[in-house]
Amino acid sequence: MWLSLPFLSAVGVLGLLGIGLLGLLVTRNLIKVVVGLQVLVKGALLALVLAGRLSGQVQTGQAITLTVIVADTIVSVVALALAVQVRRQFGTLDLRALSTLRR
Amino acid sequence: MFDLLIVAAMLWCAFQAVRGTRLLVAALWLAGASALTALLMFRLGAPEVAVIELSVGAGLVTVLFVFAINIAGEEPPGKLRSLVPAPVAVVVALCAVGLGAFMALPNLRSVSGIIQPERFAKVLWEDRSLDVLLQVVLLIGGVLTVLGLLVEGRAQARKELQ
Repeated sequence: MWLSLPFLSAVGVLGLLGIGLLGLLVTRNLIKVVVGLQVLVKGALLALVLAGRLSGQVQTGQAITLTVIVADTIVSVVALALAVQVRRQFGTLDLRALSTLRR
Repeated sequence: MFDLLIVAAMLWCAFQAVRGTRLLVAALWLAGASALTALLMFRLGAPEVAVIELSVGAGLVTVLFVFAINIAGEEPPGKLRSLVPAPVAVVVALCAVGLGAFMALPNLRSVSGIIQPERFAKVLWEDRSLDVLLQVVLLIGGVLTVLGLLVEGRAQARKELQ
């Protein structure tokens, strides 16, 4: 049970989700935020494949995972383009420096 | 035992990607985590998605990260402190993982009655055709957004030069 593939994969899913959440909470760098988001989404992808396998519908799980991969890639591309523009406009990648509503 | 090694290495790579101060190194650790995730997907019986994850997650996204870091440049390490105090963030993440483990791990039973014999292409193109349409819309929207962002930046740079 403890060393079975589904159990280990579930541990991997939970670990990736936790590490991604930690990354999103502790970082202030825009590009590192995208890295944290990527780790979080990797956990979600693995969870979808695992759910497909456990429910006996591997192909449906794969099809949904493919959609999430495409959406995640688009989100990353747009976020990185935004980060590049923010760096050009403000000269920094610091999230706190971007908030013009604070003062 | 091999699966245990894969999961441990994947989590280590993901942790290093989040923890590291240098952006380029973090992008490379993320590529490693992505490749190991693809390997785990292959072991779980999903080879098509594993190949796509390997080529897109570990290939294309890493190239995009390196490209963006080259253009934007790196912040000096240690300059940025976290928004939330690190101990609080660790406690929140551990609570989330503990709650997920409490809810998910006792219910990990496979349903042996349902078997899906169809091929991946049939399920994707026939049963989930709406998903394919959504993917096309997302791709077009993403390309247009990036083009808009980059063109705007170029126009502004040209205006500043004049």
